[in-house]
Amino acid sequence: MAEIAIKGVAKRFGGFTALHQVDLTISDQEFVVLLGASGCGKTTLLRIVAGLERSSQGEVWIGGRRVDHLPPRERGIAMVFQNYAVFPHLTVFENIAFGLRMKKLPQQEVERRVNRTAELMHIEQLLKRYSGQLSGGQRQRVAVARALAMEPDVILMDEPLSNLDALLRLEMRAELKGVLAASKTTTIYVTHDQVEAMSLADRIAVMHQGRIVQAASPVEVYRNPAARFVGSFIGNPPMNFIPAAKAANGSWTVAGLTLSGPKSDKPRIEFAIRPEDVDAGGEGLRATVHVIEPLGPHTLVTCDVEGGLFRAILDSNASVQVGDDLRLAPKPDRIRWFDPETTNAL
Amino acid sequence: MHGKALPYLLLMPATLFLCIFFLYPFALVAFEAVSRDGAFTLDNFRTMAGSWKFPVTVRNTLLLAAIVVPIQLVMALLMASVVSRLETGRSAALYVFAIPLGISDLAAGMIWLAIFDQSGFLNTLLSSLGVVDRPVMFLGYQSKLTIFIAVALAEIWRATAIMMVILVAGMGLIPKEYYEAAEVFGASPWQRFRRITLPLLRPSLQTAIILRVILAFEVFAVVAALGGTNLPVLMGETYNWQFTLQDRNVAAASALLILAISIGFTLFFLRVLRVPKEARI
Ligand SMILES: Nc1ncnc2c1ncn2[C@@H]1O[C@H](COP(=O)(O)OP(=O)(O)O)[C@@H](O)[C@H]1O
Ligand SMILES: [Mg+2]
Repeated sequence: MAEIAIKGVAKRFGGFTALHQVDLTISDQEFVVLLGASGCGKTTLLRIVAGLERSSQGEVWIGGRRVDHLPPRERGIAMVFQNYAVFPHLTVFENIAFGLRMKKLPQQEVERRVNRTAELMHIEQLLKRYSGQLSGGQRQRVAVARALAMEPDVILMDEPLSNLDALLRLEMRAELKGVLAASKTTTIYVTHDQVEAMSLADRIAVMHQGRIVQAASPVEVYRNPAARFVGSFIGNPPMNFIPAAKAANGSWTVAGLTLSGPKSDKPRIEFAIRPEDVDAGGEGLRATVHVIEPLGPHTLVTCDVEGGLFRAILDSNASVQVGDDLRLAPKPDRIRWFDPETTNAL
Repeated sequence: MHGKALPYLLLMPATLFLCIFFLYPFALVAFEAVSRDGAFTLDNFRTMAGSWKFPVTVRNTLLLAAIVVPIQLVMALLMASVVSRLETGRSAALYVFAIPLGISDLAAGMIWLAIFDQSGFLNTLLSSLGVVDRPVMFLGYQSKLTIFIAVALAEIWRATAIMMVILVAGMGLIPKEYYEAAEVFGASPWQRFRRITLPLLRPSLQTAIILRVILAFEVFAVVAALGGTNLPVLMGETYNWQFTLQDRNVAAASALLILAISIGFTLFFLRVLRVPKEARI
């Protein structure tokens, strides 16, 4: 049982605050992805959980034990580093065995575990090689095998796939998901790649400027962004935002369309919709088509709505022309509203 | 001009310089060592080895190297580890440690003579503390052990920094991630040093040890300053043959012997501390 609790963790580097009061609880065997743009503090948070970095404030609990003051080796964790950190002077076998040797496990057990994890990661034939004789993808496998061999309660991964080429990344992603699910560990996985996050996570914690903005299931994060940032960061293309002016109590005017929305005292709020959640024709947002990009299964249409950029994903059969004036009808159950001041969802 | 030839062309002057001022005199010395009055002979080596002092000089030189170099290696590793870990003031610490490097070996010998001399610093200190009531003769001819210790101390003081500087540079080349990985996978600070630092430092260790061992076989001025003729070493004997006994041929043979020992140890450490190509960083 290894539940991880991050309670009010903050980190300052000199005068710069890399993390503000982060709270996050991860259940046993859960796969949580920390997702955010480069520099938002993902690595810092992961390193604080690992014990490679001291928090300025707050507590870290693993498996019901407070671990802030314990060195990494006493936290029951294993880690996969972004640059793999496969030791160059040791063979693949000894790399995977490294942690087991530190634990002084009997040779027989070391061999059993190394062979089992090597087989799991399909590197049995590489055991005698050195890091310098491996490709990036193979090194990655060694790094994962070394972590799995520890049979840890918690595995921490910092952008483990970001140094692989696109095809290999896709392959490893699927493989990692299978292997980690079978290993029954609690996983924290850091990435800036939203597709990776979506495909792997039980829960995504979206980070922005040293804060966790939302922690929820991939579908929830996609469908119901808790803040404007989440909607604009997740989704490719991202969510569309249009200013909405108050028409009556609980009714708002958006690009010439009157929609029922939240009851609010504010004169202006923001209307938001995903590109795929509009239909062409009928009652809709007034849009002027600028660019049409046929993508096969559908067509990406970039238009102008109320002087702002708006992207719509339409059926590839839709007969639109550049310069057309379109009516884009938002699906009522997919409309979201944001407070422009706090940027939170309403 | 062909691009590939350029580096060789640029090395040409240095190579020529080496040939004229090193290889040629070296060949002359080598010839002198194996000849007398123009005829080939090994008598020079026999004369050298036949001297009653010869076994003593060889023993002293090897013993000095065997004691000084390992102590220096351990100290240099320790100092380098500490210096590498400093976040601020690393260069200041390096400069302080490196001060003895700027002093010639004879000057170093004289500094330590000033400490151990009958009217020296150590005697003043001891008598002011009341430990002794009259000055002790540390470096007299009957106290060979003290002389040996004084020489070893002076050598350690003088030349540890050169090893340390090489090792600090080497440690700087080891990526931080390896230490973090080792730490996460359960290695204690000592285990990280043993299992990560030492193996990955092998190329630098090799350079530092070879350099230091060669210097150790050439030890001369420090010994001359502190021990005079009471602690004969190989290089001192070479000097004797050349200038006191005025026999250039035996002096040449003696110099060749030192060279041979140095080459032997260099090859030994090149072999023992070799890093296979596939296991480099
Ligand atoms: N050791 C450090 N000293 C100073 N600033 C740091 C240090 N480590 C990270 N930072 C800063 O903290 C912020 C978060 O960094 P990081 O956690 O590495 O981001 P991410 O992994 O999300 O890209 C960045 O702005 C970075 O410059
Ligand atoms: Mg990072």
